[in-house]
Amino acid sequence: MNLAGHYNYWVAIFLMMTGFYVVISRGNLIKKLIGLNLFSTSVFILYISLGKIHGATAPIADDRFQLYSNPVPHVLILTAIVVGVATTAVGLALITRIYEQYGSIEEDDIRIKDESL
Amino acid sequence: MNHLPVFQVLLPLLGAPLCLLVRRGTLSWLVATLASWGGLAISLALLHHVSHTGPITYNLGNWPAPWGITYHVDALNAFVLLIVTTVAALTLPYALQSVNLEISEENRPLFYTLLLICLAGLLGIVITGDAFNMYVFLELSSLSAYALIGLGKRRRALTAAFQYLVMGTIGATFILIGIGLLYSLTGTLNIQDLASRIALIPASAYGHRTLITAFAFLTVGFSLKLALFPLHLWLPNAYTYAPSVVTVFLAATATKVAVYMLLRFSFSILGSRFVFEQLTLGKIMLLPSLAAIIIASLVAIFQYDIKRMLAYSSVAQIGYMTLGISLHSHTGLMAGILHMFNHALMKGALFMAMGAVSYRVGSVYLTDFRGLGRRMPLTMAAFVLGGLSLMGVPLTAGFISKWFLVKAALEIGWWSVTAIILIGSLLAVIYIWRVVETAYFNPLHEIEHGQEEAPLGLLIPLWVLVGANLYFGIDTSIPVDMASWAASALLEGTMQ
Repeated sequence: MNLAGHYNYWVAIFLMMTGFYVVISRGNLIKKLIGLNLFSTSVFILYISLGKIHGATAPIADDRFQLYSNPVPHVLILTAIVVGVATTAVGLALITRIYEQYGSIEEDDIRIKDESL
Repeated sequence: MNHLPVFQVLLPLLGAPLCLLVRRGTLSWLVATLASWGGLAISLALLHHVSHTGPITYNLGNWPAPWGITYHVDALNAFVLLIVTTVAALTLPYALQSVNLEISEENRPLFYTLLLICLAGLLGIVITGDAFNMYVFLELSSLSAYALIGLGKRRRALTAAFQYLVMGTIGATFILIGIGLLYSLTGTLNIQDLASRIALIPASAYGHRTLITAFAFLTVGFSLKLALFPLHLWLPNAYTYAPSVVTVFLAATATKVAVYMLLRFSFSILGSRFVFEQLTLGKIMLLPSLAAIIIASLVAIFQYDIKRMLAYSSVAQIGYMTLGISLHSHTGLMAGILHMFNHALMKGALFMAMGAVSYRVGSVYLTDFRGLGRRMPLTMAAFVLGGLSLMGVPLTAGFISKWFLVKAALEIGWWSVTAIILIGSLLAVIYIWRVVETAYFNPLHEIEHGQEEAPLGLLIPLWVLVGANLYFGIDTSIPVDMASWAASALLEGTMQ
């Protein structure tokens, strides 16, 4: 297996694990959401890498180019980006409401405030 | 008639913006109710069609199969569509009064809009024959579910919704990775096309490793979504703090749809021989399922918020469904599918009873139930009958699925598994009994708030579900035939 030739996959895995780690380790809800974004963005890179063909051009309809990369993953990822944006929007809206209700976006503070009731 | 499959999803999807446009709570409710009843009618028609003339394939926009998105209805998804639409058609009439109490005036049209989008997403997941389309519908239903849970009265609803959002998105992203790996291997997203191309990959090929990785991502993703035991952490808070109507709807549909996705990918796409013999899904699922049945039931016994108690009981009941799948036999699979239907009936009824109690009393702590047996006799009677079904007492629907599950375990001679199924039922007796004891044998609460029985608008849907629990416990032919037929179709899918 060619390790260096698959560097975009390594980047995707690195980003994915970074995002996952941030989601798990951070108590700040905004940071958690950033981690979640990083996590889902890494999948976009994975998908786009799947469509790449060596020596091929961008998928443009032209007689001069016979070999072009697979456009289907690109289209799929456009949909996934929209989903990601919507998820972030819902997440931020929830965080805003949480801040209004609790006066904090730190998970530990929120837990203490819930337990003190 | 020919366009029925697409209308199954289109009806709630078009109803949603309409709800928003009419801008009046009651009018939005009317639109949503009509859309859900229309959905039920369509799913019944589809079921009738499938059972008489076989599976339906519908090409969206007339694009032929591997290129366009197809909707494919067979025995399994016709049955799951019926579960989802039935629950929706009963939840919406129930919603009117409950929502008027729990959701503020200006939010009501938005509430019904979200509920219809969630319904459209769930129906879309079930009916679609395209793997990526399934992911999009999954996110559609999940995002609306997060927002719906966040509308709960208590502020902890918000943190519960956020927790669900984080775990749900991780699960959905895992599913996305799995689908991407399957695409990289086969170059197709159509479920039937995927199945036929994956069947051609020899076991020794390099691509096989991709297949195993894809399967691992998909299984973890689905397990998060269906709240399989160690991955269930989002569920108790989400169900406890969501508005009553949302809990009824999600508890009865969302996890079942996730179980459906697991079945669809394991049996129809990857093939049960590959999944069970090479990847040993049976063994992987067995332990979490048994742990769910015992541990979640034990945790349920110590809950004082009864909605939370029922949420933990849901985790245990999901254990029964996955246990049925993990036994890898026709009877086991059938018991799992049957339990999807029966659990929707019993948990729908129990959470509706919780909604009725919270409508009159304001909260559902154990202490609130003191004397309720006399104060709200109809609601509590419904709770008792729903509880009996949950325990699996004969002549209730719950008994039938437990019976087949025990039969499946005995067929392969697993006595210990049989014992655990029965212990799970005994634990259910304990946690249901705590509520019954408080309601019937404890003196009336001194502070008397909300004297009378819940309004008819809540009682009628509740008793329809309770009636269904009793009816399908006596006349078992319809769900048993459907489940058995769906199970054979799933197992046959592997022979191709």
